Amino acid sequence: MKELRLMKGNEAIAEAFIRAGADGYFGYPITPQSEVLEYLMAQKPYETTGMVVLQAESEVAAINMVYGGAGCGKKVVTSSSSPGISLKAEGISYMAGAELPCLVVNVVRGGPGLGTIQPSQGDYFQSTKGGGHGDYKLIVLAPASVQEMADFAKLGFELAFKYRTPVMIQSDGVIGQMMEKVELFEQMPRWTNEEIKKISPWATVGKTPDRERNIITSLDLDPARQERHVYKLGAKYKEIEENEVRFEKIQCDDAEYIFVAYGSSARICQKSIEIARAKGIKVGLLRPITLFPFPKKVLNKLADQVKGMLTVEMSLGQMIEDVQLAVNGKVKVEHYGRVGGMIPSPDEIVAALEQKIIGG
Amino acid sequence: MDIKDIIKPENLVYSKSKLFTDKALSYCPGCGHGTAHKLVLQTIEEMGIESETIGVAPVGCSVLAYEFMDIDIQQASHGRAPAVATAIKRLMPEKFVFTYQGDGDLAAIGTAETIHACNRGENIVIIFINNGIYGMTGGQMAPTTIAKMKTSTSPYGRDTAIMGNPLKITELVAQLPGVYYCTRQAVHTAAAVRKAKKAIRQAFENQKLKKGLSFVEIVSNCNSGWKMTPVDSNIWMENNMFPFYPLGDIKVPTEK
Repeated sequence: MKELRLMKGNEAIAEAFIRAGADGYFGYPITPQSEVLEYLMAQKPYETTGMVVLQAESEVAAINMVYGGAGCGKKVVTSSSSPGISLKAEGISYMAGAELPCLVVNVVRGGPGLGTIQPSQGDYFQSTKGGGHGDYKLIVLAPASVQEMADFAKLGFELAFKYRTPVMIQSDGVIGQMMEKVELFEQMPRWTNEEIKKISPWATVGKTPDRERNIITSLDLDPARQERHVYKLGAKYKEIEENEVRFEKIQCDDAEYIFVAYGSSARICQKSIEIARAKGIKVGLLRPITLFPFPKKVLNKLADQVKGMLTVEMSLGQMIEDVQLAVNGKVKVEHYGRVGGMIPSPDEIVAALEQKIIGG
Repeated sequence: MDIKDIIKPENLVYSKSKLFTDKALSYCPGCGHGTAHKLVLQTIEEMGIESETIGVAPVGCSVLAYEFMDIDIQQASHGRAPAVATAIKRLMPEKFVFTYQGDGDLAAIGTAETIHACNRGENIVIIFINNGIYGMTGGQMAPTTIAKMKTSTSPYGRDTAIMGNPLKITELVAQLPGVYYCTRQAVHTAAAVRKAKKAIRQAFENQKLKKGLSFVEIVSNCNSGWKMTPVDSNIWMENNMFPFYPLGDIKVPTEK
């Protein structure tokens, strides 16, 4: 049965972890995402579904708990905000190397450093270009509503296990804190031990005589073998780029200009479209849902149709580099954004479009 | 007498644990790691829990422990083995979980994970090899390096006024209510090996009874890092390490 509720984004994603049949959540408080851990502790899923919820001593410990759980083939997740994600970056790199499926949620706040507790999208590079060390990519999902916070928890687990890779949900302080109507999916059962053995035969669940021992590691001191391993990871990321691109096109059909924005910026841009169209400016929105894989092809195609693109990000301009690569010089691409926890207004964005793209 | 006579079952007085793989140990000749590995594997074999045990290897000399132990193993990032083990045990409470860590891993970079796993009373076993030096990276000063001891990063001896004091982490964690059993052992003589074996068995039995965290320190030598012969290193260990790190139980269960 579908269930409608009014929830904060952080609560919706926490509820979705339980409903997605997660086995464990390991977290550490940080604003603006502490409601995730608070909600889970209040719900006590360990008494219902059997899901483990543990407040770790640090973000570093939390991500390594996720490593341990994921290595056992369990559905495990952690959440944090920007400074905490920097601390988790080492563990995420290890998990990418060891090919462990897991979900990491970043409710982004302003940086660098301790920055601010207000919303930001300044972690785009960290999410999509690495963040930790070594050659790896994360699948990065960018929810733009409380509904997507819930839905992407489920989708995130599916993709993590399909590709044996960590999945990042890059949200932000707006989406995490705002309340909206959300339709919750039905409770899914947690996997049984037998199901885990089938789904993840590589998991360390105890070596039985019918198989070789399972080892979870990201280390290989033999460079030839390590090279083969990294090539294998590379092939996986190519496959992800082929199959998992997700985006939303809003009023693009007749558009002469395009906003490119994700997450809360995309929500604001929808209002900017109304304002601009009332003025007779035909503008649409391309909203990347996956930040990696990035919707390059659709942007390249749109570049044949429109006169210019404005990327709108709460950063100094990070995603704009991927947009520029995608359109490959076909049209003008400019950036507009606010930083430090400031949120752009719809009017500001229209003014930026008029100034930087139409009049520029 | 040829080889066939020697390998007759009635002549067999010793064999390696069947939980050892056939891979040659990567440890230096004379190092105590091999013996410590043996004791852990013998214990698991004797308890018949090899199909229910998950080990967690550290970063350091024993980073490759998974190459030698024929059980399911996860290799953790530096210092984080107790956090990794916490999740494994919490998610699969019916399994046996142990970490195997050196002094740099457990008592420097992983101090927080060590103390908090101990304090939460995670129902796991921690095997802690203390040789007072970073072996794998070539003999640098460790948190447990004793005063005046020479290492590559304390080439004139550990000056505690500048470099701080050696950390008795085992005494420290023994204070925590979550630690059920805490002991310090060695593996340099036959008698010490027997005692250490008993302690490791005790630790795994505690886990079986869900008693909380069992912490077994093994003071060991690093003849390469200490730049001594194996025999000299053991004598040096007895004369210099044991006075600062006295062997014996530090915390034993009081209940019957």
